[in-house]
Amino acid sequence: MHTSEILLEARDLRKSYRRGGGVFSKEAEGPRFTAVDGVCLAVERGETFAVVGESGCGKTTLARMLVRLIEPDSGELGFRGKDLLALRGAELRAERRQMQMVFQDPFASLDPRMRVAEMVGEPLAIHHPELGKTEKQERTRAMLERVGLGADALKRYPHEFSGGQRQRIGIARALILRPKLVVADEPVSALDVSVGAQVLLLLQELQSEFGLTYIFISHSLPVVAQMATRIAVMRAGKFVEVGPAEQVLHLPAHAYTRELLAAVPSLPSR
Amino acid sequence: MELPTPAGWVRPVNEVSLHIDAGESLGLVGESGSGKTMLAMALMGLLPPGARVEGEALLGKDRKEVAEVKEKNAREPGVAGGKNLLALNERQWRAVRGGQIAMVFQEPMTSLNPVMRIGRQIEEAIRAHESRLAAGDVKRRAAEALGRAAIPEPQVRAEQFPHQLSGGLRQRAMIAMALAAGPRFLIADEPTTALDVTVQKQILDLLDHLRRELRLALLFITHDLGVVRQVADRVAVMYAGRIIEEGPARQVLASPRHPYTQGLLNASPTLERGKLSPIPGSVPQLTAVPPGCAFEPRCSLRRAECVAAVPDLRVADQSHTARCVLV
Repeated sequence: MHTSEILLEARDLRKSYRRGGGVFSKEAEGPRFTAVDGVCLAVERGETFAVVGESGCGKTTLARMLVRLIEPDSGELGFRGKDLLALRGAELRAERRQMQMVFQDPFASLDPRMRVAEMVGEPLAIHHPELGKTEKQERTRAMLERVGLGADALKRYPHEFSGGQRQRIGIARALILRPKLVVADEPVSALDVSVGAQVLLLLQELQSEFGLTYIFISHSLPVVAQMATRIAVMRAGKFVEVGPAEQVLHLPAHAYTRELLAAVPSLPSR
Repeated sequence: MELPTPAGWVRPVNEVSLHIDAGESLGLVGESGSGKTMLAMALMGLLPPGARVEGEALLGKDRKEVAEVKEKNAREPGVAGGKNLLALNERQWRAVRGGQIAMVFQEPMTSLNPVMRIGRQIEEAIRAHESRLAAGDVKRRAAEALGRAAIPEPQVRAEQFPHQLSGGLRQRAMIAMALAAGPRFLIADEPTTALDVTVQKQILDLLDHLRRELRLALLFITHDLGVVRQVADRVAVMYAGRIIEEGPARQVLASPRHPYTQGLLNASPTLERGKLSPIPGSVPQLTAVPPGCAFEPRCSLRRAECVAAVPDLRVADQSHTARCVLV
């Protein structure tokens, strides 16, 4: 039984955007739209903290703020006991190494002309320049093998792979630095059922093996039910309910949670 | 149905036979590469260039009429061709598409014109099939179509452009447009996959209601077993171009007889934790379908005879068949 150590803590995070305006209008016109409206959370080491909500609720903006891909307008963010928003330069890079993200479509943000070996090995090149070429190649190959891809994947390009394989590549890239925290944003939403199940199981195995902490973002309650220790239900930028997974799923306290649960098309129990 | 590819001909649809009665909904379930969308395209005459198709697709008022047409086709092949959808030319299709069969898609913007107001698009759909209607009648029918799709404030929405509607409303508008000219058969290809779960529920309820009220025959294509259980009377499961199981929806999902269907169920997440098991391996490419039973390489119950020949659809129970030697 591990002591509960808080890995990531956020207090009153806020982010809003200005809508409207356009190419010919002055900067910052249009009404303000609040994507994240005062979110607090504390993620314990080793757990899977899920954020579930429908489109537009702010969960993706929140996910990106937690790894500082987007800067919050206000609020506090602590990671491994440090004030993440106050860090700069080498110190920030050091913490960034410990938190990685897995996206719904890993290749939307990557260079299609990059071979898999470079794609998965790139984080090593950036954060561990002291490593030799052979060492980098070996670690890359080992990581790909661990996610279920053979060495023949190294020389190939992203478009040559299926959705499930691409997601495995994205996971390999995220884990090659052995981060402490992985934020997974809709990792299986674009995948077929049986492929998604394989990826979820892989994520679970990797969590035990590497001692990972997950923040898992999804619109799907059934998927979240498989993965989460705790669940936060998000709507219009706020958490309307947070609690242990079993409790939120089977004894929901908030009307919106009940509405979401009622809308899930059910299958006969196995 | 066959398609030419650089690697040779592939068969996304292979010996598929289905029937749907008026007012009945058939769920077609499959993952990517199963052939389900190609089947829908074949039924709408929207085949890709170079595609070859064989077989019959017959549309009739009821089973009796369909049986009569089938018999006539058999006696005088090619002569009664006008009723075989797969033998229609493009000119004939223009009358059938929208007028007798319609389709709605996952992404409403594939059918909705972004620069035309919703009301006008629906009027256009009506006029394409009933050119002799007076303008006032067309407008009235368009308003009715919007109302039938339960679009709130239909007069306001009719004057709006698609981008002004939410995802759910756009889907309703697409349904309204599809049904505007009174088709008897609606194909819905993953219509709720891109929608939030609460909106999905509304759209599924709407389709169900319309099916009953208009006695529509509904072919509902999805990869989601929970959705199919909710919306379909019967379900057909496709794998590598073939139907591998068919029967009453609740029965097939409660007691599947094909290992792939069972595998899909086991791999589908539910609100109960810890019962997820994936199917090992992956769906075969259509250019490399395994010999015999296409699912054999991934099947935990496989035996030698499975590779020898493609199993027939065997009767598992009343109107429940499965393409497996174990049945």
